[in-house]
Amino acid sequence: MSKFNTRNNNDLPEVSTASLPDIVFMLLFFFMTVTVMKDNTLKIENNLPNASETKKLEKKDRIIYLYIGKPTKEFQKIWGSEPRIQANDKFIKVSEVGDYILSTKAKMPENIRNVMTTALKIDKNANVGLISDVKQELRKVNALKINYTTYQGDAFANIE
Amino acid sequence: MSKRTGMPTVNAGSMADIAFLLLIFFLVTTVIEVDEGLDRMLPRINKDTAIMDRLKKNVLSIFLDSQGKLLVDDVLIEPDVLQQTAINFIDNGGALTSDKDFCGYCLGKRSSKSSDNPKKAVISITSNRETSYGAYISIQNEVIAAYNYLRNRESMRLFNMSLKDMESLYQKPNISFLVKLELREKINKIQLLYPLNIVDAEVITEKNN
Repeated sequence: MSKFNTRNNNDLPEVSTASLPDIVFMLLFFFMTVTVMKDNTLKIENNLPNASETKKLEKKDRIIYLYIGKPTKEFQKIWGSEPRIQANDKFIKVSEVGDYILSTKAKMPENIRNVMTTALKIDKNANVGLISDVKQELRKVNALKINYTTYQGDAFANIE
Repeated sequence: MSKRTGMPTVNAGSMADIAFLLLIFFLVTTVIEVDEGLDRMLPRINKDTAIMDRLKKNVLSIFLDSQGKLLVDDVLIEPDVLQQTAINFIDNGGALTSDKDFCGYCLGKRSSKSSDNPKKAVISITSNRETSYGAYISIQNEVIAAYNYLRNRESMRLFNMSLKDMESLYQKPNISFLVKLELREKINKIQLLYPLNIVDAEVITEKNN
Protein backbone atom coordinates (compact mmCIF):
# COMPACT_ATOMS: atom_id res chain seq x y z
CA MET A 1 0.00 0.00 0.00
CA SER A 2 2.72 2.40 0.91
CA LYS A 3 4.63 1.57 -2.23
CA PHE A 4 1.54 2.28 -4.28
CA ASN A 5 1.02 5.61 -2.64
CA THR A 6 4.56 6.85 -3.02
CA ARG A 7 4.67 6.14 -6.68
CA ASN A 8 1.60 8.08 -7.54
CA ASN A 9 2.03 10.73 -4.99
CA ASN A 10 2.18 13.74 -7.26
CA ASP A 11 0.37 12.31 -10.29
CA LEU A 12 -3.31 12.60 -11.11
CA PRO A 13 -5.32 9.54 -10.16
CA GLU A 14 -5.83 7.17 -13.07
CA VAL A 15 -9.16 7.15 -14.90
CA SER A 16 -10.92 3.90 -14.32
CA THR A 17 -11.28 1.87 -17.50
CA ALA A 18 -13.44 -0.78 -15.89
CA SER A 19 -16.53 0.45 -17.77
CA LEU A 20 -14.81 0.54 -21.15
CA PRO A 21 -15.85 -3.02 -22.10
CA ASP A 22 -19.46 -2.16 -21.25
CA ILE A 23 -19.37 0.88 -23.49
CA VAL A 24 -17.84 -1.08 -26.34
CA PHE A 25 -20.36 -3.87 -25.88
CA MET A 26 -23.16 -1.35 -26.06
CA LEU A 27 -21.80 -0.09 -29.38
CA LEU A 28 -21.41 -3.66 -30.56
CA PHE A 29 -25.02 -4.53 -29.78
CA PHE A 30 -26.20 -1.35 -31.47
CA PHE A 31 -24.43 -2.30 -34.68
CA MET A 32 -25.56 -5.92 -34.45
CA THR A 33 -29.20 -4.89 -34.27
CA VAL A 34 -29.35 -2.12 -36.89
CA THR A 35 -27.21 -3.67 -39.61
CA VAL A 36 -27.47 -6.75 -41.77
CA MET A 37 -24.78 -8.89 -43.34
CA LYS A 38 -23.50 -7.71 -46.70
CA ASP A 39 -24.66 -10.00 -49.46
CA ASN A 40 -23.53 -8.09 -52.51
CA THR A 41 -20.23 -6.33 -52.94
CA LEU A 42 -21.06 -3.27 -54.96
CA LYS A 43 -18.87 -2.64 -57.97
CA ILE A 44 -20.72 0.54 -58.79
CA GLU A 45 -21.38 3.88 -57.19
CA ASN A 46 -24.73 3.76 -55.51
CA ASN A 47 -25.88 7.07 -54.07
CA LEU A 48 -29.61 6.57 -53.78
CA PRO A 49 -31.89 9.58 -54.23
CA ASN A 50 -34.22 10.91 -51.54
CA ALA A 51 -38.00 10.67 -51.49
CA SER A 52 -40.61 11.47 -48.87
CA GLU A 53 -43.50 9.21 -49.89
CA THR A 54 -41.64 5.96 -49.31
CA LYS A 55 -43.10 2.63 -48.35
CA LYS A 56 -41.28 -0.11 -46.53
CA LEU A 57 -40.31 -3.15 -48.54
CA GLU A 58 -41.85 -6.39 -47.38
CA LYS A 59 -40.03 -9.59 -46.58
CA LYS A 60 -36.65 -10.03 -48.12
CA ASP A 61 -37.21 -13.44 -49.72
CA ARG A 62 -39.49 -12.01 -52.41
CA ILE A 63 -37.25 -9.20 -53.55
CA ILE A 64 -34.85 -9.20 -56.46
CA TYR A 65 -32.26 -6.45 -56.38
CA LEU A 66 -30.89 -4.68 -59.42
CA TYR A 67 -28.15 -2.13 -58.92
CA ILE A 68 -27.47 0.55 -61.50
CA GLY A 69 -24.71 3.12 -61.46
CA LYS A 70 -21.30 4.16 -62.69
CA PRO A 71 -18.60 1.52 -62.06
CA THR A 72 -16.24 2.45 -59.23
CA LYS A 73 -12.68 3.64 -59.92
CA GLU A 74 -11.04 0.21 -59.95
CA PHE A 75 -13.58 -1.22 -62.39
CA GLN A 76 -13.63 1.77 -64.72
CA LYS A 77 -10.55 0.51 -66.58
CA ILE A 78 -12.39 -2.59 -67.71
CA TRP A 79 -15.99 -1.47 -67.75
CA GLY A 80 -15.82 2.19 -68.66
CA SER A 81 -17.55 5.03 -66.88
CA GLU A 82 -21.05 4.70 -68.33
CA PRO A 83 -23.71 3.50 -65.85
CA ARG A 84 -24.08 -0.28 -65.78
CA ILE A 85 -26.39 -2.83 -64.29
CA GLN A 86 -25.14 -5.09 -61.54
CA ALA A 87 -26.97 -8.21 -60.47
CA ASN A 88 -25.54 -10.66 -57.97
CA ASP A 89 -21.91 -9.54 -57.99
CA LYS A 90 -21.56 -9.28 -61.74
CA PHE A 91 -22.33 -6.81 -64.49
CA ILE A 92 -25.08 -7.74 -66.91
CA LYS A 93 -26.32 -6.27 -70.17
CA VAL A 94 -29.77 -4.79 -70.58
CA SER A 95 -30.80 -7.76 -72.71
CA GLU A 96 -29.85 -10.15 -69.90
CA VAL A 97 -32.09 -8.52 -67.29
CA GLY A 98 -35.12 -10.58 -68.29
CA ASP A 99 -33.22 -13.85 -68.04
CA TYR A 100 -31.79 -12.89 -64.68
CA ILE A 101 -35.24 -12.05 -63.30
CA LEU A 102 -36.76 -15.28 -64.60
CA SER A 103 -33.97 -17.49 -63.29
CA THR A 104 -34.08 -15.84 -59.86
CA LYS A 105 -37.84 -16.12 -59.80
CA ALA A 106 -37.60 -19.83 -60.59
CA LYS A 107 -35.57 -20.33 -57.42
CA MET A 108 -38.28 -18.81 -55.24
CA PRO A 109 -40.90 -20.95 -53.54
CA GLU A 110 -43.99 -21.11 -55.71
CA ASN A 111 -46.36 -19.39 -53.30
CA ILE A 112 -44.44 -16.11 -53.31
CA ARG A 113 -43.63 -15.88 -57.00
CA ASN A 114 -46.63 -13.73 -57.76
CA VAL A 115 -45.75 -11.17 -55.08
CA MET A 116 -42.19 -10.85 -56.31
CA THR A 117 -40.87 -7.30 -56.31
CA THR A 118 -37.90 -5.92 -58.18
CA ALA A 119 -36.04 -3.37 -56.09
CA LEU A 120 -34.17 -0.94 -58.28
CA LYS A 121 -31.25 0.55 -56.42
CA ILE A 122 -30.17 3.25 -58.80
CA ASP A 123 -27.54 5.92 -58.41
CA LYS A 124 -29.07 9.37 -58.61
CA ASN A 125 -26.66 10.42 -61.34
CA ALA A 126 -27.64 7.60 -63.67
CA ASN A 127 -29.70 8.63 -66.67
CA VAL A 128 -33.33 7.79 -67.25
CA GLY A 129 -32.65 6.23 -70.67
CA LEU A 130 -30.97 3.13 -69.28
CA ILE A 131 -33.60 2.78 -66.57
CA SER A 132 -36.36 2.99 -69.13
CA ASP A 133 -34.65 0.19 -71.11
CA VAL A 134 -34.50 -1.93 -67.94
CA LYS A 135 -38.17 -1.27 -67.24
CA GLN A 136 -39.01 -2.34 -70.76
CA GLU A 137 -37.15 -5.62 -70.17
CA LEU A 138 -39.02 -6.12 -66.90
CA ARG A 139 -42.33 -5.64 -68.67
CA LYS A 140 -41.35 -8.27 -71.23
CA VAL A 141 -40.97 -10.90 -68.50
CA ASN A 142 -44.05 -9.66 -66.68
CA ALA A 143 -42.17 -8.52 -63.57
CA LEU A 144 -44.40 -5.54 -63.11
CA LYS A 145 -44.05 -4.78 -59.41
CA ILE A 146 -41.07 -2.52 -58.91
CA ASN A 147 -39.73 -0.41 -56.12
CA TYR A 148 -37.40 2.52 -56.61
CA THR A 149 -35.31 2.18 -53.49
CA THR A 150 -34.65 5.59 -51.95
CA TYR A 151 -33.58 7.18 -48.73
CA GLN A 152 -36.21 8.89 -46.65
CA GLY A 153 -35.71 12.62 -47.07
CA ASP A 154 -36.49 15.76 -48.99
CA ALA A 155 -37.05 14.93 -52.65
CA PHE A 156 -35.99 18.36 -53.87
CA ALA A 157 -32.46 17.67 -52.67
CA ASN A 158 -32.10 15.48 -55.79
CA ILE A 159 -32.42 18.44 -58.13
CA GLU A 160 -29.35 20.53 -57.79
CA MET B 1 -4.06 -4.41 -0.07
CA SER B 2 -3.65 -8.06 0.99
CA LYS B 3 -6.11 -10.36 -0.73
CA ARG B 4 -8.76 -12.25 1.15
CA THR B 5 -8.87 -15.95 0.68
CA GLY B 6 -11.30 -17.07 -2.01
CA MET B 7 -11.51 -17.30 -5.74
CA PRO B 8 -8.88 -15.27 -7.56
CA THR B 9 -10.47 -12.71 -9.83
CA VAL B 10 -10.07 -13.11 -13.57
CA ASN B 11 -8.30 -10.21 -15.15
CA ALA B 12 -10.90 -8.36 -17.19
CA GLY B 13 -8.48 -5.87 -18.67
CA SER B 14 -8.55 -7.47 -22.09
CA MET B 15 -12.33 -7.59 -22.23
CA ALA B 16 -12.42 -4.21 -23.96
CA ASP B 17 -9.99 -5.42 -26.63
CA ILE B 18 -12.08 -8.50 -27.32
CA ALA B 19 -15.22 -6.38 -27.59
CA PHE B 20 -13.43 -3.98 -29.92
CA LEU B 21 -12.41 -6.86 -32.17
CA LEU B 22 -16.00 -8.06 -32.36
CA LEU B 23 -17.21 -4.53 -32.99
CA ILE B 24 -14.77 -3.99 -35.84
CA PHE B 25 -15.71 -7.34 -37.34
CA PHE B 26 -19.37 -6.30 -37.41
CA LEU B 27 -18.52 -2.87 -38.76
CA VAL B 28 -16.78 -4.28 -41.81
CA THR B 29 -19.07 -7.20 -42.62
CA THR B 30 -22.42 -5.50 -42.29
CA VAL B 31 -24.25 -2.62 -43.93
CA ILE B 32 -27.15 -0.49 -42.80
CA GLU B 33 -29.92 -1.69 -45.06
CA VAL B 34 -32.12 0.68 -47.04
CA ASP B 35 -35.43 -1.10 -47.28
CA GLU B 36 -37.85 1.57 -48.32
CA GLY B 37 -38.73 3.24 -51.57
CA LEU B 38 -41.42 4.25 -54.01
CA ASP B 39 -43.66 1.38 -55.04
CA ARG B 40 -44.82 1.42 -58.64
CA MET B 41 -46.54 -0.98 -60.99
CA LEU B 42 -45.37 -1.14 -64.59
CA PRO B 43 -48.09 -1.37 -67.24
CA ARG B 44 -48.62 -4.66 -69.01
CA ILE B 45 -46.87 -4.84 -72.34
CA ASN B 46 -50.00 -5.29 -74.45
CA LYS B 47 -51.77 -2.29 -72.92
CA ASP B 48 -49.29 0.13 -74.39
CA THR B 49 -51.78 2.22 -76.28
CA ALA B 50 -54.32 2.61 -73.47
CA ILE B 51 -53.43 6.27 -73.03
CA MET B 52 -53.95 7.15 -76.70
CA ASP B 53 -57.73 7.23 -76.65
CA ARG B 54 -57.98 9.50 -73.61
CA LEU B 55 -59.29 12.98 -73.98
CA LYS B 56 -56.64 15.65 -73.80
CA LYS B 57 -58.24 17.35 -70.82
CA ASN B 58 -57.98 14.14 -68.80
CA VAL B 59 -54.24 13.94 -69.25
CA LEU B 60 -51.70 16.02 -67.38
CA SER B 61 -48.46 15.71 -69.26
CA ILE B 62 -45.27 16.32 -67.37
CA PHE B 63 -42.04 16.63 -69.29
CA LEU B 64 -38.66 16.66 -67.60
CA ASP B 65 -35.72 17.68 -69.73
CA SER B 66 -32.06 16.85 -69.28
CA GLN B 67 -31.35 20.09 -67.41
CA GLY B 68 -33.99 19.30 -64.80
CA LYS B 69 -36.45 21.85 -66.23
CA LEU B 70 -40.06 20.94 -65.77
CA LEU B 71 -42.81 21.45 -68.32
CA VAL B 72 -46.39 20.77 -67.31
CA ASP B 73 -48.84 20.91 -70.22
CA ASP B 74 -46.14 22.81 -72.13
CA VAL B 75 -45.78 25.50 -69.45
CA LEU B 76 -42.52 25.86 -67.56
CA ILE B 77 -43.12 25.58 -63.80
CA GLU B 78 -41.01 25.33 -60.65
CA PRO B 79 -40.76 21.85 -59.12
CA ASP B 80 -42.19 22.95 -55.78
CA VAL B 81 -45.58 23.87 -57.24
CA LEU B 82 -45.91 20.55 -59.05
CA GLN B 83 -47.64 18.84 -56.15
CA GLN B 84 -50.36 21.49 -55.95
CA THR B 85 -50.75 21.46 -59.74
CA ALA B 86 -51.25 17.71 -59.67
CA ILE B 87 -53.74 17.94 -56.79
CA ASN B 88 -55.75 20.58 -58.64
CA PHE B 89 -55.75 18.46 -61.77
CA ILE B 90 -56.77 15.15 -60.15
CA ASP B 91 -59.32 16.67 -57.81
CA ASN B 92 -60.91 18.91 -60.43
CA GLY B 93 -64.05 16.83 -60.97
CA GLY B 94 -65.15 18.64 -64.11
CA ALA B 95 -67.98 16.29 -65.09
CA LEU B 96 -71.50 17.68 -64.80
CA THR B 97 -73.87 16.61 -62.04
CA SER B 98 -76.04 14.80 -64.53
CA ASP B 99 -73.09 12.93 -65.99
CA LYS B 100 -72.34 9.38 -64.87
CA ASP B 101 -68.75 10.42 -64.25
CA PHE B 102 -69.80 13.06 -61.74
CA CYS B 103 -67.37 13.17 -58.82
CA GLY B 104 -69.28 13.80 -55.60
CA TYR B 105 -66.28 13.86 -53.29
CA CYS B 106 -64.02 16.10 -55.36
CA LEU B 107 -63.32 19.53 -53.92
CA GLY B 108 -61.62 21.04 -56.97
CA LYS B 109 -62.61 23.97 -59.14
CA ARG B 110 -64.81 21.83 -61.45
CA SER B 111 -63.36 23.51 -64.49
CA SER B 112 -64.45 22.06 -67.80
CA LYS B 113 -60.92 22.35 -69.16
CA SER B 114 -59.37 19.98 -66.62
CA SER B 115 -60.04 16.35 -65.65
CA ASP B 116 -63.58 14.95 -65.37
CA ASN B 117 -63.01 12.53 -62.58
CA PRO B 118 -60.03 11.19 -60.57
CA LYS B 119 -60.70 7.77 -62.10
CA LYS B 120 -60.24 9.20 -65.58
CA ALA B 121 -57.40 11.58 -64.80
CA VAL B 122 -54.05 10.35 -66.03
CA ILE B 123 -50.69 11.85 -65.26
CA SER B 124 -48.11 11.10 -67.90
CA ILE B 125 -44.44 11.58 -67.12
CA THR B 126 -42.05 11.92 -70.03
CA SER B 127 -38.35 12.58 -69.91
CA ASN B 128 -35.23 12.74 -72.01
CA ARG B 129 -32.81 9.85 -72.04
CA GLU B 130 -30.23 12.17 -70.51
CA THR B 131 -32.40 13.25 -67.58
CA SER B 132 -30.82 12.38 -64.25
CA TYR B 133 -32.52 9.69 -62.20
CA GLY B 134 -32.53 11.92 -59.11
CA ALA B 135 -34.67 14.54 -60.82
CA TYR B 136 -36.95 11.84 -62.20
CA ILE B 137 -37.51 10.39 -58.73
CA SER B 138 -38.32 13.85 -57.35
CA ILE B 139 -41.09 14.20 -59.92
CA GLN B 140 -42.43 10.73 -59.22
CA ASN B 141 -42.33 11.55 -55.53
CA GLU B 142 -44.29 14.77 -55.95
CA VAL B 143 -46.99 13.08 -58.03
CA ILE B 144 -47.33 10.23 -55.53
CA ALA B 145 -47.44 12.84 -52.76
CA ALA B 146 -50.37 14.51 -54.52
CA TYR B 147 -52.28 11.21 -54.64
CA ASN B 148 -51.40 10.45 -51.03
CA TYR B 149 -52.68 13.85 -49.94
CA LEU B 150 -56.04 13.28 -51.65
CA ARG B 151 -56.36 9.72 -50.43
CA ASN B 152 -55.59 10.83 -46.91
CA ARG B 153 -58.22 13.53 -47.08
CA GLU B 154 -60.89 11.05 -48.14
CA SER B 155 -59.75 8.52 -45.59
CA MET B 156 -60.02 11.11 -42.80
CA ARG B 157 -63.48 12.09 -44.02
CA LEU B 158 -64.87 8.57 -44.40
CA PHE B 159 -63.13 6.59 -41.67
CA ASN B 160 -61.62 9.30 -39.47
CA MET B 161 -58.22 7.66 -39.77
CA SER B 162 -55.30 8.47 -42.01
CA LEU B 163 -54.36 6.03 -44.75
CA LYS B 164 -50.87 5.67 -43.33
CA ASP B 165 -52.25 4.63 -39.94
CA MET B 166 -54.54 2.09 -41.59
CA GLU B 167 -51.67 0.63 -43.59
CA SER B 168 -49.34 0.40 -40.62
CA LEU B 169 -52.12 -1.21 -38.57
CA TYR B 170 -52.67 -3.69 -41.38
CA GLN B 171 -49.00 -4.66 -41.31
CA LYS B 172 -49.04 -5.40 -37.58
CA PRO B 173 -48.78 -9.13 -36.89
CA ASN B 174 -51.02 -9.31 -33.82
CA ILE B 175 -54.34 -8.10 -35.21
CA SER B 176 -57.18 -10.51 -35.87
CA PHE B 177 -58.21 -11.76 -39.26
CA LEU B 178 -61.57 -9.96 -39.21
CA VAL B 179 -60.03 -6.59 -38.43
CA LYS B 180 -57.56 -7.17 -41.21
CA LEU B 181 -60.31 -7.93 -43.69
CA GLU B 182 -62.19 -4.79 -42.74
CA LEU B 183 -59.04 -2.70 -43.07
CA ARG B 184 -58.26 -4.22 -46.47
CA GLU B 185 -61.73 -3.26 -47.64
CA LYS B 186 -61.37 0.32 -46.41
CA ILE B 187 -57.94 0.73 -47.99
CA ASN B 188 -59.21 -0.67 -51.28
CA LYS B 189 -62.13 1.72 -51.23
CA ILE B 190 -59.85 4.72 -50.79
CA GLN B 191 -57.51 3.50 -53.50
CA LEU B 192 -60.46 3.16 -55.87
CA LEU B 193 -61.59 6.71 -55.19
CA TYR B 194 -58.20 8.00 -56.30
CA PRO B 195 -56.54 5.35 -58.46
CA LEU B 196 -52.85 5.91 -59.12
CA ASN B 197 -52.95 6.61 -62.85
CA ILE B 198 -49.37 7.48 -63.60
CA VAL B 199 -48.05 6.63 -67.02
CA ASP B 200 -44.35 6.56 -67.76
CA ALA B 201 -44.39 7.29 -71.42
CA GLU B 202 -41.47 6.27 -73.57
CA VAL B 203 -38.46 8.46 -73.15
CA ILE B 204 -37.50 10.78 -75.94
CA THR B 205 -34.10 10.04 -77.40
CA GLU B 206 -33.25 13.48 -78.55
CA LYS B 207 -35.07 16.75 -78.53
CA ASN B 208 -33.94 19.50 -80.81
CA ASN B 209 -34.91 22.87 -79.50
